[in-house]
Amino acid sequence: MLTSNEAKVKIALTVNGDATEVAFAPHKTLLEVLREDLGLTGTKHGCELGECGTCTVLLDGTPVLSCLVLGLACTGRAVRTVEGMARGGKLHPLQETFADLGAAQCGYCTPAFLLAAEALLEANPRPTRDEIKDALAGNLCRCTGYIKIYEAVELAAARMGRV
Amino acid sequence: MSEYRVIGKALRKVDAVAKVTGATRFADDLSFPRMLYCKLLRSTQPHARIVSIDVTAARRLAGVLAVLVGRDLPIPFGILPVSQDEHTLCLDKVRFIGDPVAAVAATTEETATAALDLIQVVYAPLKSFDSAEEAVAHPEPQIHDYGDSGNLHKLIDLEFGDAAAGIAAADLVREDFFFFEGSTHLPMEQHAAVAQWSPDSKLTLWTSTQTPHYVHRALAKVLELPAARVRVIATPNGGGFGGKSDPFNHEIAVAKLAMITGRPVKITLTREEVFYCHRGRHPTLMWVRTGVKKDGAITGMHFRSLLDGGAYGSYGVASTYYTGALQTVTYNVPRYHFQGARAFTNKAPCGPKRGHGTPQPRFALEVHLDKIAEQLGIDPAELRLKTLVPPNSLTANYLRVGSMGLGACIAKVVEGSDWKGKFRKLPHGRGVGLACSSYISGAGLPIYWNNMPHSGVQLKCDRSGGVTVFCGSTEIGQGSDSILAYIVAEVLGIDPFDIAVVTADTDLTPVDLGSYSSRVTLMSGNAALQAAERARQILAVHAAKKLDVPLERLTFAEGRVFDRKDRTRGITFAEAVQCAEAAEGMIGTVGSYTPPPSAGRYRGAGVGPSPAYSYSACVAAVDVDPETGIVRVPTIWIAHDVGRSINSASVIGQVEGSIYMGLGEALMEEMAYRGNRNVVHKIPSLLEYKSPTTLEMCDVVTYLIEDPDPNGPFGAKEVGQGPLLPVMPAVANAVYDAVGVRVDEVPITPEKVLKALRSKAKGEEGRFGPTSFPDISWPEPTRVPTPWEGGDGRATPVTAAAPERQH
Repeated sequence: MLTSNEAKVKIALTVNGDATEVAFAPHKTLLEVLREDLGLTGTKHGCELGECGTCTVLLDGTPVLSCLVLGLACTGRAVRTVEGMARGGKLHPLQETFADLGAAQCGYCTPAFLLAAEALLEANPRPTRDEIKDALAGNLCRCTGYIKIYEAVELAAARMGRV
Repeated sequence: MSEYRVIGKALRKVDAVAKVTGATRFADDLSFPRMLYCKLLRSTQPHARIVSIDVTAARRLAGVLAVLVGRDLPIPFGILPVSQDEHTLCLDKVRFIGDPVAAVAATTEETATAALDLIQVVYAPLKSFDSAEEAVAHPEPQIHDYGDSGNLHKLIDLEFGDAAAGIAAADLVREDFFFFEGSTHLPMEQHAAVAQWSPDSKLTLWTSTQTPHYVHRALAKVLELPAARVRVIATPNGGGFGGKSDPFNHEIAVAKLAMITGRPVKITLTREEVFYCHRGRHPTLMWVRTGVKKDGAITGMHFRSLLDGGAYGSYGVASTYYTGALQTVTYNVPRYHFQGARAFTNKAPCGPKRGHGTPQPRFALEVHLDKIAEQLGIDPAELRLKTLVPPNSLTANYLRVGSMGLGACIAKVVEGSDWKGKFRKLPHGRGVGLACSSYISGAGLPIYWNNMPHSGVQLKCDRSGGVTVFCGSTEIGQGSDSILAYIVAEVLGIDPFDIAVVTADTDLTPVDLGSYSSRVTLMSGNAALQAAERARQILAVHAAKKLDVPLERLTFAEGRVFDRKDRTRGITFAEAVQCAEAAEGMIGTVGSYTPPPSAGRYRGAGVGPSPAYSYSACVAAVDVDPETGIVRVPTIWIAHDVGRSINSASVIGQVEGSIYMGLGEALMEEMAYRGNRNVVHKIPSLLEYKSPTTLEMCDVVTYLIEDPDPNGPFGAKEVGQGPLLPVMPAVANAVYDAVGVRVDEVPITPEKVLKALRSKAKGEEGRFGPTSFPDISWPEPTRVPTPWEGGDGRATPVTAAAPERQH
């Protein structure tokens, strides 16, 4: 049985660029550590079983399902969440285009899509529509039918390419 | 070019930045000091009497502060006044696997879960039923001790004119059977709620609900609290689609636990539990017989539906009426007979899912018409165009149709898809199908009888120039908060992003009935429009005095109030507020909206009327692999008559989202249960419940038809649900065009396509679908003379000499 009396472990990692130390019960997932111990509730959950992609964050730049990653496995690594996307009070180009085109309806899956898309554009700055679909195929959205999300990724890629 | 500055523009939503930064606070994002965690113990039996529940060991577990069982909350509740059949925790029997029987509050979620394992429940199993047909066949044991007959919750028989005589006068009579499998909403956010009890006897509940007003009423009733001491705050919903429209067990349980412990109590359902909450699409068996003339004119229609309601009433009585209500608002049906039944079964309760009770009959009707068109040798698009209901007319069942853009919708998709170049002309394996639909823009009557407005808005103008709009409407991702800001901004000539919107808080906001039945844009929009126009009137009087300009020459635009003839003569909006406030005191207005009275006055006339009906036409293209039966949908063309877009980007977003959800229902989504009397949900997970990913989603070509409806704010009608409806029949009709077989059942899975192809290859009918409809003892019909028979909307009084009715 898991209890809250379990001795906490402390790890050091980088969260959204900040060197961070955090203590938590060792059974906790990265999702739980982010939401419950670091107060970063921008990362959502849809199943906590690795099925929906809603809890996607970037671990050393790669999209991972934070519900399937143990917090302990993140020692010394860099985690990026939606809270880290806007810089200096300015939205990331993907956040701008998601907002402008209506790619976020209920907004619950949005943080995950933003991070998955950011990783895609990092690796492939001018993806085709099919490459976008492939990169986002592990994330479920029940509101948009994905179309406005593709368009937002394409528009952000175009804008970022011009800079 | 539009004459509006805000209305119709593809603006950002007012909450867009919060949503893309992760700042939006959903229910599970809330946390309070000393907060406890709640877990529910759910039934492992589909149908059983509870012999005993022993919670002693659970209570003794360190960290457990309270345990509740059914008798702690004996007052029943339910969304409809006629179906108050739910208890927070089952009292004496359980009715489906997943029915909650006990609730625990503990200091951690792990402790609460551990406590559930210590609760001993002894069940005495009862015979259980896993289909509506079984429930029809077995009136005993009764799942509920109420209902129209045995395990039939509701029986409806409505006849508008002599349908049999109408059908007899036809050149062609066609009968078909259809089945529509149940599906679930699958919002990405699992339901969550947090309750807080204050020592001054005030209860606050934050919850992911689409209907805070109804949750407010249910809490006050079950907890026996004065409603004025109960505050319900609907957190932004991480998707609803109808699945968060009922008051739920878990909401009442955390409220009671907070009252007992004096500490905040939170619950977040697991994904598996979300499948048990369900309230999704009713599995529906249908039979339809229609008579048509050679030119396609319908002479009469007889429609039967049998709904598998699951274990509780929920919205089911309304759902059942909806399976018969809207057949008449698209094509002329001069005489119409509807018989509907809803059965209780031992499955998760069904309720309102996007389209609420109308996608099933729409699927049946549109495929049925496709078959009729083929038999008559008329193009299916032409057939529909010939029989359209005219605008500003009354249907056989007394629904008042206002603006009606279906003809324009059909023309758009026929042209856009190159329908004439493709239909019956594509190579084997490829096909196109057409279907249409209509949906309500809000229900004409409230859920519980009252004669008050359905939506209210309060508006406060601040001397800073800021405006705050208060409304009970609930943001579920459809953009309802933004609608309020856009409408007020348009009327007052200010920037919508200068408007603060406060919504969905029963302490702060006037009642809006909730985000269901596609009612919010029309109803809260009209309330906001009225409040804004009243504010504008007050401000204009004082601005006119200040500027010495005749009232009627004032324009409110670009944050100023000025003389239309001399734009330099003006003041800022803030100065206008200051002038008014100096003269009159604080400037605040209210607005409210009540739908027009319904024309029908027969029993059952409450379901179907709406201030305005949206219309959609859809062409689906499919590729069918005859070897595997796999159906792929590359493109859907959809035209939607929205009356007027308040925000064109949001409208297209709703259309695309509807197509997506319809595609899932057409091809893969189903609530499946393991039979053999256990009635276990087969797939309560996101992995096994198939829903379209980016790899299955089709391209969508959207056309908006804007024919403003006089009842809508700026002419707006609904868009959130209607465009889903034609997708399933359009895909089914396209499969027939592609490979010549009929799958008269959704989802259209590869197995069903293959079975139909194999039976065709053997020289049998190339069809998969139901072939019978069970015998049901229908009640004596309510007979209502149609408007063209001189009817006034009332039923013919029942006399002792009423003739024997024919089946």
